[in-house]
Amino acid sequence: MTQYFELSCPNRPENVGLCRVAVATFAANLGFTLPEIEEIKVAVSEAVSNVVVHAYPGADGPIALRCDAREDGIAIAVRDAGVGIADVAQARQASFSTDPERMGLGFVFMESFSDEFSVESEPGKGTRIEMVKRREAPAEEA
Amino acid sequence: MLEGAGKNVQIAIKRQGRQATARLAGEFDLKAAPQVREQLDGLIDAGMQRIIIDLRGVRFLDSSGLGVLLGRYRRLSERGGSIYLLTASEGSVRTVLEMSGVRQVMPLLASESEVPRG
Repeated sequence: MTQYFELSCPNRPENVGLCRVAVATFAANLGFTLPEIEEIKVAVSEAVSNVVVHAYPGADGPIALRCDAREDGIAIAVRDAGVGIADVAQARQASFSTDPERMGLGFVFMESFSDEFSVESEPGKGTRIEMVKRREAPAEEA
Repeated sequence: MLEGAGKNVQIAIKRQGRQATARLAGEFDLKAAPQVREQLDGLIDAGMQRIIIDLRGVRFLDSSGLGVLLGRYRRLSERGGSIYLLTASEGSVRTVLEMSGVRQVMPLLASESEVPRG
């Protein structure tokens, strides 16, 4: 069976770090380098922060995180069942944010720090972000 | 003054006249953002005109932390003040700062000695 893990937690700010560290640990076990892991941590932090800030306005709701090991790296999925994104293309533009205290760089960092990136969202049903990060160096033989 | 022990981020603040240095350590993310925002807004409200934010002890920074920095820049620049950021020359914090373009409005410096004299 291919290695994977799933984590579900409430949309609380402290869980951004929890998700980030969980994925970093998983990535370290897959042989990613420290600089690669730092990039993965930023990408995960942005995806999970978006759920905390935007997905469930004024309400509690779950963050669902899943990581799958791939032959060439890692696949990360962050999913919520929140309000969704009305205009995904607009949300992915740099400097777009519905919150004046945020820079609108979340999607920019997610895209920049992953090799494959996709967003699926439906208003009223939620959002799913998928990122694939490939290892530059081959993993050591077990 | 050491604030935030046991939290994601620790903040030590030193004031000298109308200049203040805020030394941050830890992880500057969504969890830490309100605490840092409150501390820096307190300095702005107290009339500080030059704020040096020392990020060299920060081991993680994302767009939530960047938003706090940019928001404080906007507030202080409206009052004619300036913010300077101290960062390591490499690493993920530096990468995130460079990618964000904040250096166009807040200089990225290696040490306090590089801050222009006011």
